[in-house]
Amino acid sequence: MTWIVHSLWLVPAMPLLAAGLSALAQRTHRLLTASVAIGSMSLSLLLSLIALAEVLRFGSQDATKHVFNFGWFQVGSEWLKIGWVLDPLTAVMLVMVTFVGLLIFIYSVGYMAHDDNFARFFCFLSLFAGAMLGLVIANSLLLLFICWEIVGLTSYLLIGFWYQRPSAAAAAKKAFITTRIGDLAFLLGMVWLYSQAGTLLFYDNGAGCLEHTALIRLMTQTTTFGMAASTGIALLIFCGAIGKSGQVPLHVWLPDAMEGPTPVSALIHAATMVAAGVFLVARVYPLMSGHGGFDLSPASAPALKVVTWVGAITAVFAASIAVAQDDIKRILAYSTVSQLGYMMLGLGVGGVAVGMFHLITHAFFKALLFMGAGSVIHGCHEEQDIRRMGGLRKLMPITFATYAVGMLALCGFPLLFSGFWSKDAILHAASTWSASRAPFYLAAFGVLLTAFYMTRQVIYVFFGESYRSEQAVTPPHESPSIMTLPLVILAGFSILLGLIGTPAWPWFSTFLDGQQVQFDLRGFAESGVLAVMLLSTVLFLIGLGIGWLLYGNKPAESRAASDPVEQFTPRIFNLLRNGWFVDAFYTATFVRFTTWFSVLCDWLDRWVFNGAVQIISSLTLGASWMSRSTDVFVVNRIFDQSCQEATLGGRLLSRLQGGRVQSYLRIIGIAFAGFVLFLICGHHG
Amino acid sequence: MSFAIIAVFTIAGAIAALTLRNLVHCVLALVLTFSGLAGLYLQLGAQFVGFAQILIYVGAVAILIVFAILLTRTHEPLAGLAVSPGWITSVLVAAAVFGILAWAIRSSAMSILPISPHPEISVRQIGDALMSQFVLPLEVIGLLLTAALVGAVTIAMREERREK
Amino acid sequence: MTAPVNYLLVSAVIFAIGLAGALVRRNAILVLIGIELMLNAANLNFIAFWRYSPNPEALTGVMFALFSIGVAAAEAAVGLALIITVYRHFHTTDLDRIDSMRG
Repeated sequence: MTWIVHSLWLVPAMPLLAAGLSALAQRTHRLLTASVAIGSMSLSLLLSLIALAEVLRFGSQDATKHVFNFGWFQVGSEWLKIGWVLDPLTAVMLVMVTFVGLLIFIYSVGYMAHDDNFARFFCFLSLFAGAMLGLVIANSLLLLFICWEIVGLTSYLLIGFWYQRPSAAAAAKKAFITTRIGDLAFLLGMVWLYSQAGTLLFYDNGAGCLEHTALIRLMTQTTTFGMAASTGIALLIFCGAIGKSGQVPLHVWLPDAMEGPTPVSALIHAATMVAAGVFLVARVYPLMSGHGGFDLSPASAPALKVVTWVGAITAVFAASIAVAQDDIKRILAYSTVSQLGYMMLGLGVGGVAVGMFHLITHAFFKALLFMGAGSVIHGCHEEQDIRRMGGLRKLMPITFATYAVGMLALCGFPLLFSGFWSKDAILHAASTWSASRAPFYLAAFGVLLTAFYMTRQVIYVFFGESYRSEQAVTPPHESPSIMTLPLVILAGFSILLGLIGTPAWPWFSTFLDGQQVQFDLRGFAESGVLAVMLLSTVLFLIGLGIGWLLYGNKPAESRAASDPVEQFTPRIFNLLRNGWFVDAFYTATFVRFTTWFSVLCDWLDRWVFNGAVQIISSLTLGASWMSRSTDVFVVNRIFDQSCQEATLGGRLLSRLQGGRVQSYLRIIGIAFAGFVLFLICGHHG
Repeated sequence: MSFAIIAVFTIAGAIAALTLRNLVHCVLALVLTFSGLAGLYLQLGAQFVGFAQILIYVGAVAILIVFAILLTRTHEPLAGLAVSPGWITSVLVAAAVFGILAWAIRSSAMSILPISPHPEISVRQIGDALMSQFVLPLEVIGLLLTAALVGAVTIAMREERREK
Repeated sequence: MTAPVNYLLVSAVIFAIGLAGALVRRNAILVLIGIELMLNAANLNFIAFWRYSPNPEALTGVMFALFSIGVAAAEAAVGLALIITVYRHFHTTDLDRIDSMRG
């Protein structure tokens, strides 16, 4: 066991430490918090690279997971164990999270430079990074869940970062509550798993819940509807992923989460946190697929079928909504939801490698797109409506160039850009799925829509005449290099990452499997690969073409007019713009019910429980009043009377002391007489 | 017979000493009482004591009392009664004391004691006794008298002298 | 010869008179006079008992009486000095007015 496996805990620990330090720092210690955050993230990146190198080194020999487990606490005679694991999946995710995170941290220094709460921002960012990294390395479902929740917390804190804005506070609350619903199912699945498998560790030298013995037991045990226990648990855990990754029907929080600052949107809601759901499914894939190991061949497991369908529906659903949005970040948000659907689809039909590859490439180009959008917003003086932008191609060249790279990667421009390869892998796997061809058609339609709405966005923002607003004083300007440099780096990776996943050299998938990889052009000759590549290219060009046709040659004045699609089909456009009215539906049903229920609880609390408490308190008051009156009127009176009698007695006795000698003498005389009498009588008697 | 007369004089003098209004008259009655008592002592054969009684009591104590009366004379006459309120209690107390004493005397052995002959005591015998058997009490009495007189002088001294 | 009992009775009478006077009269000097009378009555008692005692040669009664006279004289001196001092303070010899020690 090498030292890196032993010290893997440092990777999340350092950002957490940075968060702790930043929490203690004052609001004015901007340089301190930023440098601590960036420094810790750089160290984590370094360690992650070392871990990756280590995995590369021993990955060729054996595909076993290198784990480090220890007991956390004892309950009765059982130990609750947690630990971390270093395997190829962990390594790639670590490198991606730390690298993209570091770039976004650096970007945030420029983006949040004018904000008062700079230090608080970096504290929360570091906390998020630490929790996310902890989630990645976790070998125990419990530890993963803990980090999952912390990540959800930081998402809430960061979405509502500008909490004085009511919309931001509401969005944060919505995000937290929606993901909570998924987390509840996750918790149920976790409890069920523990009760069946007896352990929550993933890998524990054969005793883990993802290893052979436990899986056999889970698969053979049946529960309601004839469903295997493993399927039930897998579906419950997948519900958690639905919430966190914004799949339909729990997608409603992601577009509203754009209320947060753009670096937050880039890091959390594009690259990493929403990818945690996908990562979770990849992590518990043996449970989902009902097979041990990373199966490339699609399994007929029911859980994976559900995953596939949910992913496919989400991909098309969100892409359709993105067509009708006007806020630059909202388009990207819906795009993220759509791409997450693609990832789930890939996991369902193609296995871990297919889904994870798209996750990695998506992280890079979506972060790039968000950061580019942030640069545009910053340059246009906080303007977010794309209809009020235009012609930024000449005014913000670097931003335009990098944004274009990101857009092409997202749409899947053939061969050059990483998005093409990853999306193709998904489409290929979907086309050969044994259960149904419908997800493939849905995914293909989604490709068309993606190209269309991204083209629309880019044309609105960067092409045409510059929009002259009456309020704008200065024209839009390019962002400072601290913001554009990360854009350039990410753009480079968006291109280069494609190389590791081509069919000719499937390094990524074989790396995850722990096998050797060979460069073989015959990979292209596999059934359907070239056909799918061709199909996706055609779809991309059609989408681009329609977009250019509808929006490309319009002069600036017609921007004020309504959208061409809207003119074409106003009712469908309205439906799409309002997100298929899902939000409205939820408000009318669940929210209303919750409000009514809370009113009921308030009534209960106010009248029933409070009434009981009041009764008890008035009883107590009455008892105390009685006790007090007893004290005042009875005890005091007795006491006062005895005091009075003592005083009276004293006064009476003091009359004996008249101060006159003769009265004393008199008394002495009487006493003397009595004494003598007593002596005499006593003597005689 | 003589006993009865002397006794009557003594008792009358005693009563007078304590009931007269004028204090000097009281002292004179007191002198009469002392003399009567001296007579009784002589009758009992204690001549030295009798003469010592005259010397000391009549010659010194009575004069001393006269001096004290003269020094504490107030100009206004005695207001109200000469007796304090509640004098009946006092008289009753005294009467009770007398009654008890009389009863004790009556029932004691002295009432049936025979009359013994007169003892012949000379002054020389008294002197000898003083110097031999009762020398300690004699010295003590001397000290006592000294202390008492020094004390009396100190107490009765004028206050201005004390401040010096 | 008179019976010894008579002497004792006389002494008792004088004692009672002295006591009554000391308790009744308001003037302080008269109280002192009463005390002197009581002492004298006691002296008479002593001598009477000495005279009729079985052993008069021992002179015990006489000595007692002599010393009693001496002590009485000393006490009268001190008492009168006290009365003078009290008179100087209170400007009266009326015992009923000297009650500053009252409780």
